[in-house]
Amino acid sequence: MDNNIILSIRNVKVVFEDGFTALGGVSIDIGQNEFVTLLGPSGCGKTTLLRCIGGFEKPTSGEILYKGENIIPLPPYKRNINTVFQRYALFPHMNVAQNVAFGPSLRREDKKQISARVSEMLELVGLAGFEKRRISSLSGGQQQRVAIARALINSPDVLLLDEPLGALDLKLRREMQLELKRIQRESGITFIFVTHDQEEALTMSDRVAVMRAGEILQLGTPVDIYNEPESAFVADFIGASNILPSTMVRDHLVHFLGTDFPCADSGFGENNPVDVVLRPEDVKLKPESDPANGVVGVVESLLFKGVHYEMKVRTGADALLVHSTHARQVGTRVKMTVAPEDIQVMRKSDYSPDVRARKGEGGAQ
Amino acid sequence: MKHKNLMSLPFTLWAVIFIVLPLCLIVWYGVTLEIPVEYTQITLEDGSTAYKLEDGTIQTQEPWQKKAVISFSNFKRMVEPTYLKLLIRSLRVALLTTLICLLLGYPVALILTGKDFKHPSLWMMLIILPMWMNFLLRTYSWMSILENSGILNSWIASLREAIPAFDQFLSDRGVGNKIIFLYNENAVILGMVYNYLSFMIMPIYTVIEKIDHSLLEAAADLGASPSKSFLRVTLPYSLPGVLEGVTMVFVPAVTTFVISQLMGGGKVPLIGDVIQNQFGKSSDWHFGASLSLLVMVVVLAFMRGLHSIDKEEEVQKEVRIF
Repeated sequence: MDNNIILSIRNVKVVFEDGFTALGGVSIDIGQNEFVTLLGPSGCGKTTLLRCIGGFEKPTSGEILYKGENIIPLPPYKRNINTVFQRYALFPHMNVAQNVAFGPSLRREDKKQISARVSEMLELVGLAGFEKRRISSLSGGQQQRVAIARALINSPDVLLLDEPLGALDLKLRREMQLELKRIQRESGITFIFVTHDQEEALTMSDRVAVMRAGEILQLGTPVDIYNEPESAFVADFIGASNILPSTMVRDHLVHFLGTDFPCADSGFGENNPVDVVLRPEDVKLKPESDPANGVVGVVESLLFKGVHYEMKVRTGADALLVHSTHARQVGTRVKMTVAPEDIQVMRKSDYSPDVRARKGEGGAQ
Repeated sequence: MKHKNLMSLPFTLWAVIFIVLPLCLIVWYGVTLEIPVEYTQITLEDGSTAYKLEDGTIQTQEPWQKKAVISFSNFKRMVEPTYLKLLIRSLRVALLTTLICLLLGYPVALILTGKDFKHPSLWMMLIILPMWMNFLLRTYSWMSILENSGILNSWIASLREAIPAFDQFLSDRGVGNKIIFLYNENAVILGMVYNYLSFMIMPIYTVIEKIDHSLLEAAADLGASPSKSFLRVTLPYSLPGVLEGVTMVFVPAVTTFVISQLMGGGKVPLIGDVIQNQFGKSSDWHFGASLSLLVMVVVLAFMRGLHSIDKEEEVQKEVRIF
């Protein structure tokens, strides 16, 4: 991460008129040239945070420092921040070139120069020669690119992207992910990207902020977020996981599924309730008679997923999701083992499976 | 396909009977004149007098029959200064009415569609509400406000009594005790503006209301101040609504006759009054029909002109930046 902080969000709180708290005091520092993703389910406040940065929403309290200056009092048109809107918001009464030229033409820049810059931008987003086309004649992916060009031509320091790929089909989305990453690298602009798609967040970002109910639960690199989720919600949201209520016996020893497992984590006290997350690919299946430390279970279902098989292995009241390149037939008794470094211990939260079961929401799997 | 044809049958019938046929009749009346049939006086064998008509029939009474002949003399008559003046006045009054309605109505529509405006539909209903009352009633109430011994004059009189300086101010400018508001062109325009204003507000309101708010946010995001965002996004977007509103005000304004008769007291006759007269008192349907045709041509030309503005705007927009 760059130490050059361009945007500093400090304890930003947004309470709507109806009393709903959309953001409950969010803080995050964003560096120059960084690609930061705000990830979370709908209603978690990610778009609200983006709108606060863009100037379309006024925080109830807190500060947004842009290059050290609080920009909350500034209207959107006075901020050197541009947005790619969720449904692009292109001007349908203008052609592609006029849309892209909207910003510079407002500033009364030289027409020839604008025209050259428009062509340059359209080339950057892969739409060279599209100048005279009408917006209505473009596909979703092309409109997306026009929206990006229209924002980038203003050379903003920060580009906000509000679920810009949401309306595209899977193949186009993958393409645009790479494209966006390339544009971000080439332009050197800070990208703040909002999405609810965890795969998108993990592939594109330098850092990911996982949000829930108006809070940032965890901020870190995609690898950190994936491998070391700090709470059950993050683990669950980031990908298919087994989240198990457990007890931390002592440092480096955790008890779940009726068995003690050595683990890498410490600092959770002794005999304290915790959650443990096991990635399906980290659970290894061995013959029942294997002497290794583990839990015996029965394969309950088997699905072929292309790269791997997905199995559900039942032990007592719990069923674990296991990914393996090796299929075990339904009904086989197996021993499940897991390496100490693959056990991720997390603090209990209101999202923990046992807590949610008690509240009647139903546990994770 | 067959079903669709069948479905359109009632309307086709309706259109033919109530639109196409009357139109043909008006054209027929417009291009014809009625003249007495020609005849010769003859003496029958018994010595009595009879009349032989041009088609050969013989009758004893003096011929009263008339025949229609195709003639364009009606159109010659139309270009006489009397009628041309009326037409020009009608156009002037209608254009002024349209312009005033636009200047008053557009801001209203804009305010009603504002993001922070509460209960726009309630206000819209309040604007439309007077239109539920009878048209004549509305015009008569304006007359009772504006007439010489009307409400407005009595208010001004009591104001003059209460404030001597105000009285002096008016007297110095030669304003008499009764101010004549009615029976002039301004009164006619006021009546028209009052009656047609909502027809201007409604289409503009509908169009502005439909503008996707994210477009305005995008404009602001790209650096457009509220006034620039209005000029570059809201205004071009609302143009179709403006054109519709202009049509909906101009067309009835150019053909109206009731308002000019009441508010103008017969002193400000418009082309509509003349047409009404031809079908009424003067009972010269042929001239009335040709005047109607003239107004129709004027309205069509006007709408054609509006349409080309619309087209031109689009072309201009396309060209403006490059």
